[in-house]
Amino acid sequence: MTRILEENTREVSEAAPGVGAYLRGYVARVRGGELGSIPAMAGLVLITAVFAVVHQGFLSAYNIEALVIQAAPIIVMAMGLIFVLLLGEIDLSAGTTGGLCAASMAVLVIRHGMTWWLGILTALVIGVFIGTTMGWLRARIGIPSFVITLATFLAFQGVTLILIGGEGSVNLPGNMPLIQLENSFVPLWLGWVLLALAVLGYAAVQVADALGRRRDGLAPVPFPVIAAKIAALAVLGSLFTYVMGINRNVATNAYFSSKAQGMPWVVVLVAVLYVGWNFVLTRTRYGRHVYAAGGNEEATRRAGVAVSRIRISVFVICSGMAAVSGLVAASLLQSVQSNAGAGNTLLLAVGAAVIGGTSLFGGHGRVIDAVLGGLVVAVIVNGMSDLIQGANSSGYEYVVTGAVLLLAAGFDAVVRRARSR
Amino acid sequence: MTTIPALELRGVDKSFGPVRALSSVNLTARAGEVTALVGDNGAGKSTLIKCIGGIHRVDAGELVFDGSPRTLTGPRDAAQFGVAIVYQDLALCDNLDITDNMFLGREEVTRRGTLDVNTMEKQARRALDALSVRTVRSVHQVVANLSGGQRQTVAIAKAVLWKAKIVVLDEPTAALGVVQTEQVLDLVRRLADQGVAVILVSHNMNDVMRVADSIGVLYLGRMAAQVKRVDVTQTQIVELITTGRSGDLGLSSAESAGVAT
Ligand SMILES: Nc1ncnc2c1ncn2[C@@H]1O[C@H](COP(=O)(O)OP(=O)(O)OP(=O)(O)O)[C@@H](O)[C@H]1O
Ligand SMILES: [Mg+2]
Repeated sequence: MTRILEENTREVSEAAPGVGAYLRGYVARVRGGELGSIPAMAGLVLITAVFAVVHQGFLSAYNIEALVIQAAPIIVMAMGLIFVLLLGEIDLSAGTTGGLCAASMAVLVIRHGMTWWLGILTALVIGVFIGTTMGWLRARIGIPSFVITLATFLAFQGVTLILIGGEGSVNLPGNMPLIQLENSFVPLWLGWVLLALAVLGYAAVQVADALGRRRDGLAPVPFPVIAAKIAALAVLGSLFTYVMGINRNVATNAYFSSKAQGMPWVVVLVAVLYVGWNFVLTRTRYGRHVYAAGGNEEATRRAGVAVSRIRISVFVICSGMAAVSGLVAASLLQSVQSNAGAGNTLLLAVGAAVIGGTSLFGGHGRVIDAVLGGLVVAVIVNGMSDLIQGANSSGYEYVVTGAVLLLAAGFDAVVRRARSR
Repeated sequence: MTTIPALELRGVDKSFGPVRALSSVNLTARAGEVTALVGDNGAGKSTLIKCIGGIHRVDAGELVFDGSPRTLTGPRDAAQFGVAIVYQDLALCDNLDITDNMFLGREEVTRRGTLDVNTMEKQARRALDALSVRTVRSVHQVVANLSGGQRQTVAIAKAVLWKAKIVVLDEPTAALGVVQTEQVLDLVRRLADQGVAVILVSHNMNDVMRVADSIGVLYLGRMAAQVKRVDVTQTQIVELITTGRSGDLGLSSAESAGVAT
C-alpha cells in the first residue's frame, strides 16, 4: 500500500502467546492502574456478604428480585451518565430530567387520554430535546456543564411540580404495559431461552474476534481464556435465572395458585441497553472519538474530529437515558410523584458509575460500570433500609450514600494519580 | 541539488497587528533531508511552522509544494498537501493505546461500519517497524504509560503512517534525557531516509549539528541565512542566531541593525 508497507514485509505477528503470557499482560495492566471491574466486583461480593450475614433473608429470591428492580432505574441512568462523564462533564439534572419526562408521560396518558406508547415516545423526545439544548449550551455557548445542569436540576424539579399539580402524584393503572416492566416476569422457559441466546451470542462474538485476529496474523486472546469468560457468563446467568425461577409468592397453595416467578422484564431491557451502548462505545468510530475527546480534547480536535458535536451528543444520550430511567422508576412506583427524580436519584446514579470504575476526570469508563456499580448501590440502599428502621431512616440512607460516593470519588482520584505515572 | 524541493517558502510575511513576526522569509525543504530551523526566542519559528501547518494564513508570499504554489486556508489543506506537524505538546490521548492514537480521526472501519482493529494494529506495527523502532514493545500499550521518547516516537510514527511528505517537528528532544534524545535523533534521521522532508525546530545546537543537512536561521522574523550543514561551524550558527550575521553570511549590517531597533 504505502511505500513503507512495501518496504517492510517482516512478519507482524507477535507469536501467539499462551494463557500465561495473557494473564501476565493482564496483571501488568492492572498494576498500571487499569483496574477495570475488579474493585466493583470485589465491593459487590463483600457488601453482599456483609448484609447476608447481618440480615436474614437478604439473599432470598424475594429480596434479590427487589434488588434487581431497585437497581434497574439507577443502572439505566448511570449508563447515560457514563457518556457525559467520559468527556469529563457532569449532568446534575439527569434525575430531574427523568422525573420531568416521566411526569409528562403520566399527565399526557392519564389526564389527557393519550395512548400509552405515544406518551412514552413523547417522554423520550422531551429527554432528547433537553439533552440537545444542554449540550448546545455547553459546547457552543461555553457555559460549564455543572452550572447548566445545576440550573436545570432545579428548574425541571419545578416543572414536574407544576405538571403534577396539587394532587402530589399521578397514579398509573396496573394494566398499563409500562407497569409490566418492573412488576411482571419473563416466563421461565423464555428466561432460559434468552439466557441461552445471550451466552451463544457472546460466545459467537468472542470466537469470531479470535479467529479474525488469527487470520490476520495477530495474537488472539487464548482460547482457554475465552472459554473461561463464556463459562463465567453461563454460570452466573444460570444461577440468576434459576434463583429468579423460584416462586416468591408466600401465599401459593391449593387455594392460591398465583405464582411470582421468573426474572422481571426490566432485566431484558437493561441487557439490551447494555449490549447496544457497549457496542457503540467499543466498536464504532463514534465511541472511539468519545474516549479520545475525554482523554485530550485538543489532540482530538487537531485530529479532525468535530469535538463539539461529540460533546452535544453525550448530553443527548444522557438525557435520553435519563428519560428511560424516569419511566422505569415510574413503572417501579406505579406512579409519578411531584418530587420524581429529585432527592438522591442523581447521586445514586453518579455513585453507581463511579463505583463501577468510571472516572470523574474523563476518558475512563465502560458501560459495564453502570451495571456493576448500580448493583452495588442497590445492595447498599436495600441493605441499609433493612438495617435502619424508624423515622430517620431516609436521613441515614442519604448520609451513607453521600459518604459512599465521596469514597468512590476519592478512590478514582487516587487511581488517576497512579495511572498518570 | 536540482530536484524540486518538497516545500519552498518564498517571501513569506506574517504580522500580528503591529508585530511583524515574519518578513519576507525564504526556506527550502527537500525530500530525504533534515532541514533545521533555529533562532532565538521570539525569532518566529513557531509562527513559521504554524504558517506551514495552515494554522496561520500568510499575509504575503508563497508556499510552494512540490513545485506548485498553494494557498492554505486551514490545517486540513496542509494535511492534504502532505504536511504533518508533531507539536511540542505532542497531541496524544493519554487514555488511548498507541494504535488508537496513531489512527485517531482516521480510523479504519469494516464493511459493516465497525472499527477494523486488526487492520489498524497491523499498520501501526508496520509503521513502527519501518522506523526500526525497538523502544515500543506492544502497540496496545496505553500512551499514559510511555516515556517522553516513546511518546515522541508514536507521534512521529503517526506521520509516517499517514504518508506525510513533509514532517515538522517542534523541539522533539526538549524534554528528553541523553539516551532518549539519541533515540529520537536517530528516528529523525531514519524518517528523512524514508524520503520525507523533515523540518526540525530546535534550540539545541548539538542536535542540529548532528542531524541536519541544511540549517535555516531566523533572526527577528527574517531568514538570516539557510546554509548547508557541511559548510558551517557551530560557532557560525550561534553567531547567526545572536546577531543575524557571521562573516559574509547572514543579513547585511544595515538590515540586521535595521530590524533590531
Ligand atoms: N498569536 C500571536 N499574536 C501576536 N503576536 C504573536 C503571536 N504569535 C507570535 N507572536 C509574536 O511573534 C513573534 C515570533 O514568535 P514565535 O512564537 O514565532 O517565536 P519562536 O521563534 O517560536 O520563539 P520560541 O523559541 O520562544 O518558541 C514574537 O514577537 C511573538 O510575540
Ligand atoms: Mg516557539
